[in-house]
Amino acid sequence: MNPGALIPIPYTWVLVLSAVLFAIGTVGVLLRRNGIAIFLALELMLNSVNLAFAAFALRFAAEGGGAAAALNGQIFIFFIIAVAAAEAAVGLALFIALYRLKETIDVDRFNILRW
Amino acid sequence: MVTYVFIASAALAVIFGVVAIAHRNPVANVLSLVVVFFALSAIYAVLGMDFLAAIQLIVYSGAILVLFLFVVMLLNIRAVERFGSGRPWQAFLGAVTAIILACLVVLGISELHPAKGSALPGSDKGTAYAIGHALVTTHLFAFELISLLLLAALVGALVLARKESR
Amino acid sequence: MWAEVLVTLIKLAVVVGVLLTTVPIMVWVERRGSALIQDRLGPNRVGPWGLLQPVVDAVKLITKENLVPEGVQPFFYWLAPGIALVVALSTFIVVPFGYDGGLSLFGHKVRGFIVAPDLNIGILYIFAIASLGVYSIVLAGWSSNNKYSLIGGIRASAQMISYELAMTISVVGVLMASSSLQLNDVVLHQSSTWLGFIPRWNVFPQIIGAITFMVAAFAETNRLPFDLPEAEAELVAGYHTEYSAMKFASFFMAEYINLVTSSALIVLLFFGGWTLPGVTSPQGWFGALFSIVVFAVKVSFFLWFFVWIRWTLPRFRFDQLMALGWKVMIPLAVLNFFWVGAAMALGIL
Repeated sequence: MNPGALIPIPYTWVLVLSAVLFAIGTVGVLLRRNGIAIFLALELMLNSVNLAFAAFALRFAAEGGGAAAALNGQIFIFFIIAVAAAEAAVGLALFIALYRLKETIDVDRFNILRW
Repeated sequence: MVTYVFIASAALAVIFGVVAIAHRNPVANVLSLVVVFFALSAIYAVLGMDFLAAIQLIVYSGAILVLFLFVVMLLNIRAVERFGSGRPWQAFLGAVTAIILACLVVLGISELHPAKGSALPGSDKGTAYAIGHALVTTHLFAFELISLLLLAALVGALVLARKESR
Repeated sequence: MWAEVLVTLIKLAVVVGVLLTTVPIMVWVERRGSALIQDRLGPNRVGPWGLLQPVVDAVKLITKENLVPEGVQPFFYWLAPGIALVVALSTFIVVPFGYDGGLSLFGHKVRGFIVAPDLNIGILYIFAIASLGVYSIVLAGWSSNNKYSLIGGIRASAQMISYELAMTISVVGVLMASSSLQLNDVVLHQSSTWLGFIPRWNVFPQIIGAITFMVAAFAETNRLPFDLPEAEAELVAGYHTEYSAMKFASFFMAEYINLVTSSALIVLLFFGGWTLPGVTSPQGWFGALFSIVVFAVKVSFFLWFFVWIRWTLPRFRFDQLMALGWKVMIPLAVLNFFWVGAAMALGIL
């Protein structure tokens, strides 16, 4: 896209999409028993947050923040992607270790510490 | 034209998002999430953040979700569970959350004044140049911290997943 | 506006047509080339010098029985070759294959012999789409309900994601030298000469990066010496064991199209693209044709290079392959990156 080109999408639409995806992700985290599926829903939530940052980058750039405001949003998204990558790697390694211990991924079975 | 691409990508993202959390087959979940990330990448591209669109595809779809797929295949996770079985109060909580968020969404549409025709100014050398420049000047400290974090994650994942050699 | 769409469609048709035509030509080159290297004749019955052999092969593949084994997961089984072909064909749209000195067609400027001239992120697009190609192999291996396919699929995807890192880091040196992500700028950076006759190709100052990229390209396209995922003697046929007839043809075509894209990338990034030392901006349609021919000759040389290496070197064992990717290629690529950075800071490059 050319810099300074008009983007005919109001930022509230992007926010709405972000909220919908966040809701879907939350429902997924709460209702799934499979650890990997919970993790997938978590990744969906992180991406919805990325979209929210993109929406606000759009808004503040249009309202006079200029290129710097748009850039800050994109830097945020960049860092969130990096952190999500690190978290996914460690979390999946954790699940592999847990599977070796308990032969299952069902999070309801990890109740050894229950009183 | 741009609006149609956005609406199509948004619809794709929502539909496949629901499939991603609801399908029984774990491989279908991962692949639906790939489609969701593809749609999100399209939305970033449409909003003028082309570098981020490429990064989203390379890192999220091309690396993180491949890792998820590997783990699913390694642990041989079968489609054994029913959706939301035996947890009624959490199902209720999930439904309440979804409704609250839906209300927030409706509030958002009605109250805030949408700035139609928002412009996304970028540097004349392109977004990649601008982001790269900002990363090594303004946000240098955070950049270095992220590299340390990735190193910690690398070592941590290696240590956690290593087979015990007895 | 319609002139613009028409010009883009023509460019797209040319690119896709050439890519799909290269596949039978490469089949012939592979079979006759391997015969040449192995001191035998190769197919020479069907048409002069066996030139119609690929046509006959295509007819055979189309008319073969379409065998779907029991117990496959149908959706993923049919999706995998589709993903492979789509990904293979989509990567070529940011590759500039000729010089455009302000030519116009139907009243609209051609804006470069490249299907998508405005994409600022040029080469990142290729990496993004190529990283989606891993899914076709993983899905093919997993959905086939076959041990050998699964092992081949997992091996192939592990190999591909490992060498993607080395490939990306080795390209960073080139991008630093040309200060742009667009492949057109990378080629234009290489269009002058040193000392009047040595072309300013990136392979000369960044030889380590060039070698790393070429090795990684071999690994990404699953060609020998890195073709353990589809090794005929080891794993029956690896991830495409259970695919017959046209589904196998899709994987086959996707592999050769990936080969053409990799060769094109090697030529563009390290060997000057469509420039020759003396000729930097050929004018008019004749000049454009000349630059396209130069590009095609260079890409053909690298296609032959891929075939040559395939039939010369033995295959890597999988642990050797992974050790090479992580412990040798990535440090070498990072070394190249440091060297380019230091050279640019000192003003050499």
